[in-house]
Amino acid sequence: MSTDLGAQVAGIKEDYKYGFRESDANYNYKSGKGLNRHTVEEISEMKNEPQWMREFRLKGLETFQQKPLPQWGGNLNDLDFQDIHYFVRATDRQGKSWDDVPAEIKRTFDKLGIPEAEKKFLAGVGAQYESEVVYHSLREDLAAKGVIFTDMDSALRDYPDLVKEYFGTVIPINDNKFAALNSAVWSGGSFVYIPAGVKVDIPLQAYFRINAENMGQFERTLIIVEEGAQVHYVEGCTAPIYTSESLHSAVVEIIVKKGGRCRYTTIQNWANNIYNLVTKRAVAHEDALMEWVDGNLGSRLTMKYPAVYMVGKGARAEILSIAFAGKGQHQDAGGKVVHAAPYTTSRIISKSISKHGGRSSYRGLLKVADGAYGSKSNVVCDALILDPQSRSDTYPYIEIDEDDVKIGHEASVSKIGEEQLFYLRSRGLSEAEAATLIVNGFIEPLVKELPMEYAVEMNKLIELQMEGSVG
Amino acid sequence: MSTKTLRIENLHVSVEGKPILRGVNLTINQGETHALMGPNGSGKSTLSYALMGHPNYEITDGTAYLGDVNLLELEADERAKAGLFLAFQYPTSIPGVTMANFLRHAVTNVRMPDRKEGEDLISMRDFRKELKQKMDELGMDGDFARRYLNEGFSGGEKKRAEVLQLAMLQPAFAILDETDSGLDIDAVRVVSEGVNRVAKAQGTGVLVITHYQRILNYIQPQFVHILYGGRIVENGGPELVTTLEREGYDWIRAKYPQEARVEDELEASASAVV
Repeated sequence: MSTDLGAQVAGIKEDYKYGFRESDANYNYKSGKGLNRHTVEEISEMKNEPQWMREFRLKGLETFQQKPLPQWGGNLNDLDFQDIHYFVRATDRQGKSWDDVPAEIKRTFDKLGIPEAEKKFLAGVGAQYESEVVYHSLREDLAAKGVIFTDMDSALRDYPDLVKEYFGTVIPINDNKFAALNSAVWSGGSFVYIPAGVKVDIPLQAYFRINAENMGQFERTLIIVEEGAQVHYVEGCTAPIYTSESLHSAVVEIIVKKGGRCRYTTIQNWANNIYNLVTKRAVAHEDALMEWVDGNLGSRLTMKYPAVYMVGKGARAEILSIAFAGKGQHQDAGGKVVHAAPYTTSRIISKSISKHGGRSSYRGLLKVADGAYGSKSNVVCDALILDPQSRSDTYPYIEIDEDDVKIGHEASVSKIGEEQLFYLRSRGLSEAEAATLIVNGFIEPLVKELPMEYAVEMNKLIELQMEGSVG
Repeated sequence: MSTKTLRIENLHVSVEGKPILRGVNLTINQGETHALMGPNGSGKSTLSYALMGHPNYEITDGTAYLGDVNLLELEADERAKAGLFLAFQYPTSIPGVTMANFLRHAVTNVRMPDRKEGEDLISMRDFRKELKQKMDELGMDGDFARRYLNEGFSGGEKKRAEVLQLAMLQPAFAILDETDSGLDIDAVRVVSEGVNRVAKAQGTGVLVITHYQRILNYIQPQFVHILYGGRIVENGGPELVTTLEREGYDWIRAKYPQEARVEDELEASASAVV
């Protein structure tokens, strides 16, 4: 794999290859910097929203202003909430075909390879540029079966009852400061509804792109998987490199009903000036399966702990997370599982790699409620540290209120092994090639869970990150 | 192809500041098989690691040439490309990296030493075919190629995997460090046959490092050396193996009192570490 890859990346001098940007001169609307009641009302106004959503937003703002900044996780002190544009509308129309998308925006997604991927292996695509979704498509046969895959703003307009029933039920406004912020200023994101018994066998993908400087992107995603239904949703994220920070603070709510399955895969590759503070949570009902596959590369600080609340008997949760922390980066990632019903099972596998002074932390919560008898949980977190300047920490929180449970927890921290390097080098591999092979091997258990195309992408990203990291 | 010579002269090697090898002289021509014997702690593994270029083994004096290439100036991967191979006594495991993927990288590098990083690996099709053939010869199951390198391998599987690598890399010189340890007699035979096949086809010069006569019944050396107290004290033919087997090392101890003192010191400090 490294070979064809090598040819592709040969010309790339920077670590981050998605750092290009388009001019923002043609924006349809760009809010002034800063956050207040007026900003929130203006967003709601422009979107022509129902009264209940306006009230929801204002309550979000109030909660955001009341809640203190979290003092755990990463350093948020440099984040200036008044130096951010909260709403940027790049175009006033959404395309159903890429030809309808304004040329300069389409150029961006072409460079990211989205239209090409859509042709090859996706059932539907949503593309968000700044605050709103500029392109959406869904395979016709799925639409005919009642599958809904649209952007959140359109959903609020076109499926008001469904949205009102579920919106904010998994992650309430007052869940945390950033969920409150998102509740106040959310825009864009995906709405996915899979009717009972419908199995969507190839992935739906959403792509989130920040282009403007000092931009805040606050997408809001809601996925409802009815009984016995199945879906795999994939999101990718990138942004240009600027000297000042941008903020990405999404909320993702998922409901998986009896016997349903949902897999949510993230390959996040933000530029190193993005604060990525995301709340992701799913509720899994009886015999449902929720899987989070979470790849975190890039960003200045990521704080993200995908969660599954297992509320029905026999529900299952899987969280696979990988974090790569390079120079100046802090990846504070992990997972959260709550066993609230009998015979529920969960598995968390977390792998982190730190290099060039990067810092990665695993932060996890495992909670088993009284009455969730017969539940099982297994947590494995492994960290690989590539040089002495880098750092890795583990913060596992475990609360067990039930006796009849099986819990496993393993954590390991390893430095890239001198003996492993020597062994590979004695077989003719250069130091860099040997280190890349070891790192790829380290994340292999996770990468093999990804669909083929994303596994290839993930290996490529890792190799890009690894360039020049040794020697 | 002209035959090359591996020439080691007056080699002194220290580990963590402690001298282990104190002037080793050894010359091996391609096509020859040599055995290096000696008690535990005499420095046999030190010699193999130092020749292969392990960063913790400091060369304080002496030279080592493969043909006209000065090995001591090269990194381990360059030594491999120059035609040197070490079958490790304790091969390390690399989780998540399959045997096949690793070997394809290794074979590409060794066979195409001028290839630039990032250029194509050898053809997957040809590689697979060759790998399968070599695995069949060694009586290895096809699954082996898909297993992670040495991860969860039994002692015997690890040694077989080392010989598979030898067979794929076809070096000019191969050092086998205790390749027989941990193997039952059938496995010793299979592994030995594998080594002999490569040696014959490639004219490989072989250095077998061992405690026991057993493997030398299958890989028959023309030359036998005894390493004792950091120096090669005896050179001879196969009869030396028989003598050692019959009489042990006591006569060596008596004959080389100075080396015996060194040997005792090393053993004392080794057991202190353990």
